[in-house]
Amino acid sequence: MHEKERAPTPEQAARHAITRYHHDPSCLVQILHDVQDALGWLPPPALTAIAETLGISRAHVEGVAGFYSFFHLEPVGQYRIFFSDNITDRMLGAPKLMAMMCRILNVEPGHRSADGAVTVGTTSCTGMCDQGPALLVNGFPVTRLTQERIREICNLIAARAPVKEWPKEFFLVENNIQRSDQLLKFRLDPGSALKAAVAKGRDGLLAEIHQSNLRGRGGAGFTTATKWEAAKKAPGPERFVVCNADEGEPGTFKDRVLLTSYADHVIEGMTLCAYAIGAQRGFIYLRYEYRYLVPHLEAVLRQRRTLGLLGKNILRQADFDFDVEIRLGAGAYVCGEETALIESLEGKRGTPRIRPPFPVTCGYMGKPTVVNNVETLAKTCLVLAESADEFAATGTPQSSGTKLLSISGDCARPGIYEYPFGIGIAQILEDCGASNVQAVQVGGASGTCLAPYEFHRRIAFENVSTAGSFMIFGINRDMFEVARNFVHFFAHESCGFCTPCRVGTSLLKNLMDKMHNNKGANYDLSEIERLTDILKTSSHCGLGLSAGNPVITTMSKFTDVYVKRLQPFEFEPEFDLDKALARARQITHRDDTEAHFQDEREILS
Amino acid sequence: MSTEISHHKTLSESIPRKPRIATTSLCGCFGCHMSLLDIDERILQLAEIVDFDRSPITDIKHCGPCDVGLIEGGVCNAENVHVLREFRANCKTLVALGACAINGGLPAARNTIDVGECLAEAYCTPAIAIENPGIPNDRELPLLLDKVRPVNEIVRIDYFLPGCPPSGDAIWQFVSALVTRRIPRLSYALIKYD
Repeated sequence: MHEKERAPTPEQAARHAITRYHHDPSCLVQILHDVQDALGWLPPPALTAIAETLGISRAHVEGVAGFYSFFHLEPVGQYRIFFSDNITDRMLGAPKLMAMMCRILNVEPGHRSADGAVTVGTTSCTGMCDQGPALLVNGFPVTRLTQERIREICNLIAARAPVKEWPKEFFLVENNIQRSDQLLKFRLDPGSALKAAVAKGRDGLLAEIHQSNLRGRGGAGFTTATKWEAAKKAPGPERFVVCNADEGEPGTFKDRVLLTSYADHVIEGMTLCAYAIGAQRGFIYLRYEYRYLVPHLEAVLRQRRTLGLLGKNILRQADFDFDVEIRLGAGAYVCGEETALIESLEGKRGTPRIRPPFPVTCGYMGKPTVVNNVETLAKTCLVLAESADEFAATGTPQSSGTKLLSISGDCARPGIYEYPFGIGIAQILEDCGASNVQAVQVGGASGTCLAPYEFHRRIAFENVSTAGSFMIFGINRDMFEVARNFVHFFAHESCGFCTPCRVGTSLLKNLMDKMHNNKGANYDLSEIERLTDILKTSSHCGLGLSAGNPVITTMSKFTDVYVKRLQPFEFEPEFDLDKALARARQITHRDDTEAHFQDEREILS
Repeated sequence: MSTEISHHKTLSESIPRKPRIATTSLCGCFGCHMSLLDIDERILQLAEIVDFDRSPITDIKHCGPCDVGLIEGGVCNAENVHVLREFRANCKTLVALGACAINGGLPAARNTIDVGECLAEAYCTPAIAIENPGIPNDRELPLLLDKVRPVNEIVRIDYFLPGCPPSGDAIWQFVSALVTRRIPRLSYALIKYD
């Protein structure tokens, strides 16, 4: 995988990576990946060499490297193991397995082992919720973890076996397609949708997409044709198509399946868009957790070039040149937001931009750019290959077509389910074999938490809107812990740009932890409400705006899980005050009464 | 039969009593108190309608029952904790005044450093040429907490008045509302800092 025989110097590694990316500072994230692959981490001299060679500031390089959680600015083990920390992995026992691994390997969670061999930590959802618990080892997913598998992994590490020699079945990622409809049943003959589009012409293609009423599958539901038309009309000679494959919403894994088995659909969709708007370059922005898909995607791209479906004069059209590059993310949920994604593509920290201007007029490098979700792009082929009217006839009048749902959690058959829009929650639960359901979290951490009295509701943009995440919680689950997991997630993933979100998500996390530790009182509950209000009204982007949602919804629908944690006293610090003096006692060699705190309640009585 | 007694009680309670205010600076720079003095001649009006209890202004050492307590500064040592607890126990309404009380402020910059290292740097560094270098350990000195804390991590706080420092006008508007039993509301201009 990425073990190397003799490591190059930081300067050599930097030079090599920069040459590969043609001294282009916008490829900084890719350059950092290359350097880290060569060196195992990003030592300061490498950052300095990158900055000097690219002619950009050292602070910028370190700022970017420090932003993404899979870039390591401290030495890490030769084996870098990150357990997926999504609630569904936790429910399947991930914390116990991680503790077990740490015990066997004698390593502190989040740290490197004393011999420097291994680092064990956690990471946000890796998109393997249907076959968890999962971990990443040196960027490669290991699924279906059991105690036995953990023991085997520990043995392999003890024997210093290179990851590429580990048993293949460890790395098996199944599609788990449980219900196919329009899209998943559709076998695309590569180029056929494109041929149909060329026959209709650019305007004809746009009219067809319009007719289908296709809306963005990334969650927001913006009309695809409107987006494409806006980019086409925007002034300027250059345009870009970006496939948003940064599928980071906890509990979502449909894009993983599409990129695995429907990559032609996705790339053909990108090419259709390029044809419609007149773009020459496209990017697939792939989340780091799906890095194992790169060789496969590269192969599909190569094959399409051979078939004349990418490159110069596609389908022998005089002014139809288009090609696609894969750009790898580095572990940042916020980059799933289209403007943050574009910032990342430009080699910067993934800080969302202020909109307007929207990417369709001012996107990648300030040029008109269409950013579409993987599923949306795949569906454009369907519209072309079949008919727009047929597409529009499926689903509901406002939400045409089908939706892929990534179903995980407490059910008999987790996996991918494709349903026409308008499907009821109760029907979905029946189909996937979920009984005694307490709640369903639709749309991931930032989505909607539904209680049983709402199971008559339907999946559609105008009802329960979702990018595809569908996590099921049985009656034995503690919904407070579910909310706490999501709050931790947002605190970790906040980009740090605006204070309400950077500070607010951390304070919210602290308060939820205080409740968890049975130190919370009524006062803390009102503080939680105040914070969620600040987050909702003052944050810079959608991450902060929705970070309080899991708490707000669980508090209103599952009030008792909060109330039962409330302590009868007015207020108690979350930490032990007397312990907070321990270090000072130690250095001053004092142990007198003044060097200790009495219990506050004793003083007051 | 008990009507008369309660009647008398109500009467005695209804005798106007001046609200009492206490103020203190914990781990702060006294900037918020300087800002309190920036209400200028309005302090005479304030003195007419309130009595000051424990405060640097009165030099009263311990707080009695009060209506309003203003806390400047975060909590950095054991004494700060005792003072803050005294205020909470005595003040009906407790206000975190200014950035340090609300967030820990500048003193909290030491929170990422071990408190032993901080003290060693200050009292044991040869370059500073201190006579008898060594970390002071007199029993009279309050011990430092491992981290500087905002006041609302130690006790319940009723109001937060932001600013570094909050302006004299903001403090005036806030305090005059509180002591006349109105809900304090600050206009945007008074809490806008850039």
